[in-house]
Amino acid sequence: MELTYSPAEQAFRTEVRDWIRENLPPALAAKVRGGKRLSKADYELWHARLQTRNWLAWHWPVEHGGPGWTPVQKHIFDEEMIAAGAPRIIPFGVNMLGPVLIEFGTEAQKARWLPRILDGSDWWCQGYSEPGAGSDLASLRTRAVRQGDHYVVNGQKTWTTLGHHANMMFCLARTDPDAKPQEGISFLLIDMASPGIEVRPIVTLDGEHEVNEVWLTDVKVPAKNLVGEENRGWTCAKYLLGFERTGIAGVAFSKAALSHLKRVARERRKDGRPLAENPFFAARMARLEIDLMAMDIFNLRMIAAAAQGKSPGPEASLLKIKGTEVRQEASDLIRRALGPYAMPFLPEALDEGWNGEPVGPDYANTAATQYFNLRKTSIYGGSNEIQKNIYAKLALDL
Amino acid sequence: MDFTLSEERRMLVETAQRFLRDRYDMPTRHKAAAAPDGFDRALWADMAELGLIGALVPPEAGGFGGAGEDVALVFEQVGRGLVVEPFLASGVLGLWPLVRAGETALVEQVMAGETIAAFAHGEPDGRYGLAEVSTRAAEGDGWRITGAKAVVLNGDAADVLIVSARVSGDADAEDGLGLFLVEAAGPGVTRRGYGTVDGARAAEIVFDEAPARPLGEPGRGFALIEETMGRGVLALAAEAVGLMEVCKDTTLDYLRTRKQFGRPLGAFQALQHRMVEMVLEIEQARSAVMLAAGTFEADRLTRERNLAAAKHLTGRVGRMVAEEAIQLHGGIAMTWEYPLPHYAKRLVMLDHLLGDTDHHLERFIRLGREDAA
Repeated sequence: MELTYSPAEQAFRTEVRDWIRENLPPALAAKVRGGKRLSKADYELWHARLQTRNWLAWHWPVEHGGPGWTPVQKHIFDEEMIAAGAPRIIPFGVNMLGPVLIEFGTEAQKARWLPRILDGSDWWCQGYSEPGAGSDLASLRTRAVRQGDHYVVNGQKTWTTLGHHANMMFCLARTDPDAKPQEGISFLLIDMASPGIEVRPIVTLDGEHEVNEVWLTDVKVPAKNLVGEENRGWTCAKYLLGFERTGIAGVAFSKAALSHLKRVARERRKDGRPLAENPFFAARMARLEIDLMAMDIFNLRMIAAAAQGKSPGPEASLLKIKGTEVRQEASDLIRRALGPYAMPFLPEALDEGWNGEPVGPDYANTAATQYFNLRKTSIYGGSNEIQKNIYAKLALDL
Repeated sequence: MDFTLSEERRMLVETAQRFLRDRYDMPTRHKAAAAPDGFDRALWADMAELGLIGALVPPEAGGFGGAGEDVALVFEQVGRGLVVEPFLASGVLGLWPLVRAGETALVEQVMAGETIAAFAHGEPDGRYGLAEVSTRAAEGDGWRITGAKAVVLNGDAADVLIVSARVSGDADAEDGLGLFLVEAAGPGVTRRGYGTVDGARAAEIVFDEAPARPLGEPGRGFALIEETMGRGVLALAAEAVGLMEVCKDTTLDYLRTRKQFGRPLGAFQALQHRMVEMVLEIEQARSAVMLAAGTFEADRLTRERNLAAAKHLTGRVGRMVAEEAIQLHGGIAMTWEYPLPHYAKRLVMLDHLLGDTDHHLERFIRLGREDAA
């Protein structure tokens, strides 16, 4: 057993850290750290910078332009990105659709869409969930009917993250209503500028607009935009969900949240002393830190297994559950640490260029909204209850 | 980054597993626990012969292991076997001060299972504190010890006692402590042995001018006490993981086979989810033990902080696993005859040894402040 990184891995970490320091604009990092709203241009700039170093499509195989990193290198990269306050890579094109096209796409599809993901020509969104199909995704009802050389699509998608920025959507639609739920679904690529598409914002409980409803009315989709076989879209969907789940433990996010929490608890005071010295609060923080230390090792154990060629097994479900619990707990403690100053709600302060007077400490404004926003983590990507079902079935044979 | 075992360590684990499978079934264990010593001296000698005690001792002291990883591996098996032989009392807490003091002859005897050593540290008024020692050591015609020690594991069967005593300073001071070697059957030593809830044995021991020999320099013993207790903490945390694994496997088997309402219990989602939560927390506990074992040779603060984290988490998870295993089984787990509750009892009672979840949470916080300072 060896818990330290090899010299080569440490050198890689230094390389990544140095590159980020030289390429991540400090103003952008400050926005990320301060929980400010990022514009479409912010994301596009960061994607483009990463692509100059060939670090955007780090999930992709080498023959399709990926950097060929080991699982440990991917983990290090992820940690450094988050620690530096880099914007997250918008996963829909590069991390989700890319691998699906590489696995299931035709040569023509790969040739057309993969370069456009890398150079930022397309901004993809994900058309999976529907009002009636959340955790039970296979019950989706959006219909696609083949008419000559195109499909006609009707239905409604929801929780479409950053759909208002997107010009393309990969979408699950039912092509055989008589088959079993998983067997009549197809995977389609849809141009968001097509007639019959309407994107409506959903404002979430924190007052923010990140997700949308997408309404599709008689939308014509060229048949060449079918990925994989007709009625076999579930295979693509599952493949993609596997990719979605591996990073979802969010260990690096939780580490960043813990160090932020420690800072807040040192600066806020109770009974004339730093909050961090209050025994009750210190105990809450220590429990969180211990859970996170254990989860860090648990996560590394899975990464080391992957490095030995083992495919991510049902343990990914356990990591998702614990990872989201820990991250939510961290946000709960940050909210508590602010005391009364968690109350003020100044959504305008998240806008770029806002130079009004903050209420309370500068980090107070997002403490509570962030806590509410992160409730989503135990719901999305297969809710934590779904993960328990999966693990009970696949790993425990119950 | 590598979580696999070396060839030697894999063999060590296999040796222990084979012994437990072939020679240490539940009736054997219960019989050993009911013996006057609270364990079976012949079995203990056989375990020594296989090298299971030697694996806890570094090569330069005559063993062939002694690293944190070795301690954790041996004790996970101790947990899986629900072993009552004195691995903790004699093999770690009693043996380590002797190793550090260069008591070559005694180390050899203890490692061979011929001599039983016990660590007499905690006192009737104490509660897990490393320096909570009011037992006194005075030098006149040789060193003599006076005071009382509480819940000394295997203290009744021990041949030699390693006793913490104060040569100077106040009751809680780290300075002024020493470790001393006392003949258990010698003059001035009164022992009252008794069984413990988890099937082991312990003793209350009173020293009245008992002749003693110092191990190391009297007055500067705190570091060795901390080091010895740290080894014990690692051992217990690893033992807890072994116990948890058995609780998990037994409960899973039961959920798959026991039928109610015409279905296996495992078909009920309420039970499935609780089982998954249990498995998840066990993985967390195991990860904390791996971290503590893997950094056991690091600097003091890193080592002690990771040990405190592991003891805290195994205590917290241990209680959950014990309670859930009993609950998910139902009535059968309330019987003495069924093995599971004995594992559950040990798992819960481990939290009363060498500091409980609260004690180690507090220690984790304090060590963190030392680190920041």
